[in-house]
Amino acid sequence: MILDSKIPEGPLAEKWEKHKFNVKLVNPANKRKYDIIVVGTGLAGASAAATLAELGYNVKAFCYQDSPRRAHSIAAQGGINAAKNYQNDGDSVYRLFYDTIKGGDYRAREANVYRLAQVSVNIIDQCVAQGVPFAREYGGLLANRSFGGAQVSRTFYARGQTGQQLLLGAYSALNRQIAYGKVKMYPRTEMLDLVMVDGKARGIVTRHLITGKIESHSAHAVILATGGYGNVFFLSTNAMGSNTTAIWRAHKKGALFANPCFTQIHPTCIPVSGGYQSKLTLMSESLRNDGRVWVPKAVGDNRAPGQIPEDERDYFLERKYPSFGNLVPRDVASRNAKLACDEGRGVGTTKLAVYLDFADAIKREGLDKISQKYGNLFDMYAKITGENPYEQPMRIYPAVHYTMGGLWVDYNLMTTVPGLYATGECNFSDHGANRLGASALMQGLADGYFVIPYTIGDYLAQNPTTRVETSHPAFQEAEAKVQADVNRLLSINGTRTVDDFHKALGLLMWDYCGMARNAEGLQYAKQEIRKLRDEFWRDVKILGVNEELNITLEKAGRVADFLELGELMVDDALNRNESCGGHFREEYQTPENEALRDDENYTYVAAWEYTGTNQPSVLHKEELTFENVKLTQRSYK
Amino acid sequence: MAGNNPNSKPMNLTLKVWRQKNFQTAGKLETYQIKDISPEMSFLEMMDVLNEDLLLKGIDPVAFDHDCREGICGMCSLYINGRAHGPERGTTTCQLHMRKFSDGDTITIEPWRAGPFPVLKDLCTDRSALDRIQQAGGYISVNTGGVPDANEIPIPKNIADKAFDAATCIQCGACVAACKNGSAMLFTSAKVSQLALLPQGKVERKTRVENMVAQMDKEGFGACTNIGSCAAECPVGISLENIAMLNREYINASFTSENV
Repeated sequence: MILDSKIPEGPLAEKWEKHKFNVKLVNPANKRKYDIIVVGTGLAGASAAATLAELGYNVKAFCYQDSPRRAHSIAAQGGINAAKNYQNDGDSVYRLFYDTIKGGDYRAREANVYRLAQVSVNIIDQCVAQGVPFAREYGGLLANRSFGGAQVSRTFYARGQTGQQLLLGAYSALNRQIAYGKVKMYPRTEMLDLVMVDGKARGIVTRHLITGKIESHSAHAVILATGGYGNVFFLSTNAMGSNTTAIWRAHKKGALFANPCFTQIHPTCIPVSGGYQSKLTLMSESLRNDGRVWVPKAVGDNRAPGQIPEDERDYFLERKYPSFGNLVPRDVASRNAKLACDEGRGVGTTKLAVYLDFADAIKREGLDKISQKYGNLFDMYAKITGENPYEQPMRIYPAVHYTMGGLWVDYNLMTTVPGLYATGECNFSDHGANRLGASALMQGLADGYFVIPYTIGDYLAQNPTTRVETSHPAFQEAEAKVQADVNRLLSINGTRTVDDFHKALGLLMWDYCGMARNAEGLQYAKQEIRKLRDEFWRDVKILGVNEELNITLEKAGRVADFLELGELMVDDALNRNESCGGHFREEYQTPENEALRDDENYTYVAAWEYTGTNQPSVLHKEELTFENVKLTQRSYK
Repeated sequence: MAGNNPNSKPMNLTLKVWRQKNFQTAGKLETYQIKDISPEMSFLEMMDVLNEDLLLKGIDPVAFDHDCREGICGMCSLYINGRAHGPERGTTTCQLHMRKFSDGDTITIEPWRAGPFPVLKDLCTDRSALDRIQQAGGYISVNTGGVPDANEIPIPKNIADKAFDAATCIQCGACVAACKNGSAMLFTSAKVSQLALLPQGKVERKTRVENMVAQMDKEGFGACTNIGSCAAECPVGISLENIAMLNREYINASFTSENV
């Protein structure tokens, strides 16, 4: 298989404009003859569904939550980047492009990233027109703040709830199309298989989570916008229901999976407090604008933070990276927090935490100002930990937050399955080996509002309007397979709970395929995951039947897929004999413990092909070419 | 074992949980004993522990809605000891922690109780009526593309802040569950206010309020009698002021209706 990224010819800055002119169009009267399925209603899904319906296509949108507005984009806190240069501080499309390529440690496609930076400015305009209440200055114009990996202020925000406000904007556009009858919404419905007819994606099979009804839906194209797979680690900042099932089952039907081991571990999360813990809570990166990260200089210093004098503290990010200080990118901040804890200088009872201290900021700006900026985050911290962050420093530790890997897509966001698209976090395309803060919201909305509406027309225009009935054998076969999988799970009647397996998998992934990896550990993890998967299919305990709301059955299907994906992540991490961004192989580091890339051998996207249960996946490479940016050792010093 | 609370002791609790197989069958409260609950757990983590326990005993686990567990998605609900989202003000159930309870407590856990929210199973209810109110007009009619530059629409900071406050509603339905009339006025008014305050939303303000209120009535939500339990129980602090604003918008619209 040859991976054709379909990057348009010509100078970087002109590629997208030229491509938009070259793609085929579907005339307005014909659009209503095409049906499009959109799975997932977060930023990428809701924006695509609404925009495609506005254009005239018939859209069917699916989400597992009880309302499309609950997708986990809603929890994004800090902000959204856009190269508006409203602050007159030297920002530009090119600078946003450059920062993103560099931040991703030179493992993303130049053309995709440049397009992302170009359309970023349209996103802000669109959201404001929808009534998204961004933060404003007293003059009535929009306010900005800074995020990690950038030296300009280009992040637009709505207090600490930017994701919520952006998603509600997209949700309102979606609602308008639902009311017009152009979008048919299917909440509490989970996609369990992709259906292909004559080698093209033509529909999906779903299970209704309340009635258990297994049903087929047919269309001319399918868009997956189902988010990231961070819950493979059990503990992450994802929502409890976030899962890999839709993309994993598409992968098994032929969509290649790219860079699965590229996982973002976010530096500022509330630390784990006990074995019962069900999820981790992020404290927005924006806090690093004012918070200072430190640990005691001495190993085993057990004094309360207030009793440790200034000269016995190590503000390690400021010390090691004077020009970016506390605002280094996420992978760098996380790794340094881990290093400090590995040295025995961690804080709190578990010693797996570092301080994020606001004392200086409160002294400088006053309590009110700090409370205005971060009030809701401070409240959330206080609720969860029972401690007051205005009086004592926060304790934070890295946690799994985002997955840069995902389904491989070309410049049109189409996977290797014709007619199957992947947008937002579930594709691999824009962030390389590390995503910069405030760029996930940007990518989700760029894909949904401004990229897919153009590129999908090119495909549809070349395909007939003929509909496929769900009585077609391909649908019947897929339905039967889904039903058989459900029956198989229900018939095991073992002794271990689904959560128990999920936690065991999560620990393996965190210990051996988390913030630091090495060949020996990865090989061990691979064996253990296989054993765990065998045991799952022999011994998992699921009660009840299919034909009702069955929370254990739902989870079991998702964990079964995580148990397969976990192994692929390990394979990918083993294959990549270099360190880059969030992928840190201990064997490959500079003397200063920075990630050591191997550009000669690994400047490629690793795209994996599924070949069968317990069969080795086949690696396909998409070589990355950099025509505009020079590859250098990333430095934030 | 959070940072500075090493002495927090595990608790034993009695739970009275509403069990109901589905919409058609009647439900009842079942009593369960639960042991060794850490005060650092969230309320839903306590429910996870209960469910693991039930599952191993061969009892169907308790179904409850939840997703983000950070207080923002609005999926979690629960009437806890007679209060929507439990005893702590300004807090969703998922952000409620067990340190608010004491060893030996009995905790009663029920689903939202309101006509327009039928129980689907145990503690899960159908809140799609709220989505339909939004679909009736909770938007500004702009298509993607062709909009002015974001800074061409200056908005005074205090107005933007006020609109933001109204826009933070998480659509959990606690306001309806807490209201003796089962009214969705606070919920509806939050969206009406947000869009009526902003210049972008003024164009459609009359049709919006009329259509959203009509849908609210059609769904069977009760009328507002100004008691204020909605705002008192709202986990994100949506203010009663919004209801006043909705009433003003509605009266204004009904005198000069553009729905022709």
